[in-house]
Amino acid sequence: MPLYRDEGLVLRTHRLGEADRIITVFTRGHGKVRTVAKGVRRTKSRFGARLEPFSHVDIQCHIGRSLDVVTQVECLHAYGSVLSTNWRAWTAGQAMLEAADRIVSEDREPAAAHYLLLLGALNALATGAREPSLALDAYLLRACALAGYAPALTECVGCGQTQGLGWFHVASGGVMCAQCREPGSAAPAADALALMQALLTGDWAAAEAVDARHRGSVSGLVAAHLQWNLERPVRSLAWVERAGADPFEADEPQRPEAP
Amino acid sequence: MSIYEGVVQDLIDELGRLPGVGPKGAQRIAFHLLHSDPADMERLAQVITDVRTQARFCSVCFNVAAQELCRVCRDERRDPAVICVVEEPKDVIAIEKTREFNGRYHVLGGSLSPMDGVTAEQLRIRELLARCEGSAVTEVIIATDPNLEGEATATFLIGRLTPLGVAVSVLASGLPVGGDLEYADEVTLGRAFHGRRKIQD
Repeated sequence: MPLYRDEGLVLRTHRLGEADRIITVFTRGHGKVRTVAKGVRRTKSRFGARLEPFSHVDIQCHIGRSLDVVTQVECLHAYGSVLSTNWRAWTAGQAMLEAADRIVSEDREPAAAHYLLLLGALNALATGAREPSLALDAYLLRACALAGYAPALTECVGCGQTQGLGWFHVASGGVMCAQCREPGSAAPAADALALMQALLTGDWAAAEAVDARHRGSVSGLVAAHLQWNLERPVRSLAWVERAGADPFEADEPQRPEAP
Repeated sequence: MSIYEGVVQDLIDELGRLPGVGPKGAQRIAFHLLHSDPADMERLAQVITDVRTQARFCSVCFNVAAQELCRVCRDERRDPAVICVVEEPKDVIAIEKTREFNGRYHVLGGSLSPMDGVTAEQLRIRELLARCEGSAVTEVIIATDPNLEGEATATFLIGRLTPLGVAVSVLASGLPVGGDLEYADEVTLGRAFHGRRKIQD
């Protein structure tokens, strides 16, 4: 029976049959794999608590015909139990997991750099090292960069000019100068663009120094940039973007309009 | 591919759509019904028809009911000051079997899951808050599933209920009765330690 062992992060779970679950795991060496965990919904299951979303696990599976079957699991970090007691961190974490699930679309295609990025981001959320929405935006920007969708923030996407970059056009993939600007471009403040650049490069000192009032516009641009490139909405983002607002009013995130 | 003719195949197909019933099981049930007493079959058919027309949700707690109010909400002996919040009507039955709870229920209809598009608006959270606001309710026991979505839903509810001045508690979690400690997973065992009780003299 072909077996493999790897470490991974549980991205999401789906119910299967009476007591089983399909577990989507983002592994370090095997990329995204979909596995079946048998009997995990029963209260006496030895796997159940270990295979919740956000869990960082050491997992052993045997390769099945369509889905692999989990045979053993050890929990390395149970981030979920910490995050579920902090609403803002949990919603930010949900958006991270959903984005990772969408960005890593190829099953079994190793994406170790993205895996380490997600692990670091969840760790930062769970330990409270970073403000949840900043950690989320940093993760999304860097995940886009790893997937080849990094927004251009230092030079105009039209002419390459490095001065007077006051507009951001989602469909063009970055900032624009006054001459190149497209209709429908956003006009973020210079500090907002500086914050995006700091988050993209991981310069936390600079990111945390930027006035907090610019974070909302940056979150909006990051969400629009991600969803434009994924060509589908990331549902969880609507919850995070309105942190502090009334969750009864959260609705589906809007995909940016086509040019 | 249809193996049997006409109505027998239709019955097998319909039974096969039920949860937990595979094609072989559907075939077995269909032939059992075919050989059953006609009165039994008619009674079964009548019950299936009635459940569609008569079953409804309780207007207060949203549990499955046969009338405007469910059996628990109609029972005057149940304590109206304590509400137990559960995800599904099945959870009400599980708690009733314990015979430990004498209050009323509130069925949310699921748990919050942003990834699956289940938002606070789609659950009966607003109705729960309305029940607690300015009424005789003094305690809310949150009994959502002990998984991540259930716990996040509990966190959300705690944030909403606490300002209303009601006492909020969540179910304890720990080791299953009848199990061995060595086989417990780290998360459950950690919870059991976290929620340990002091033995009073």
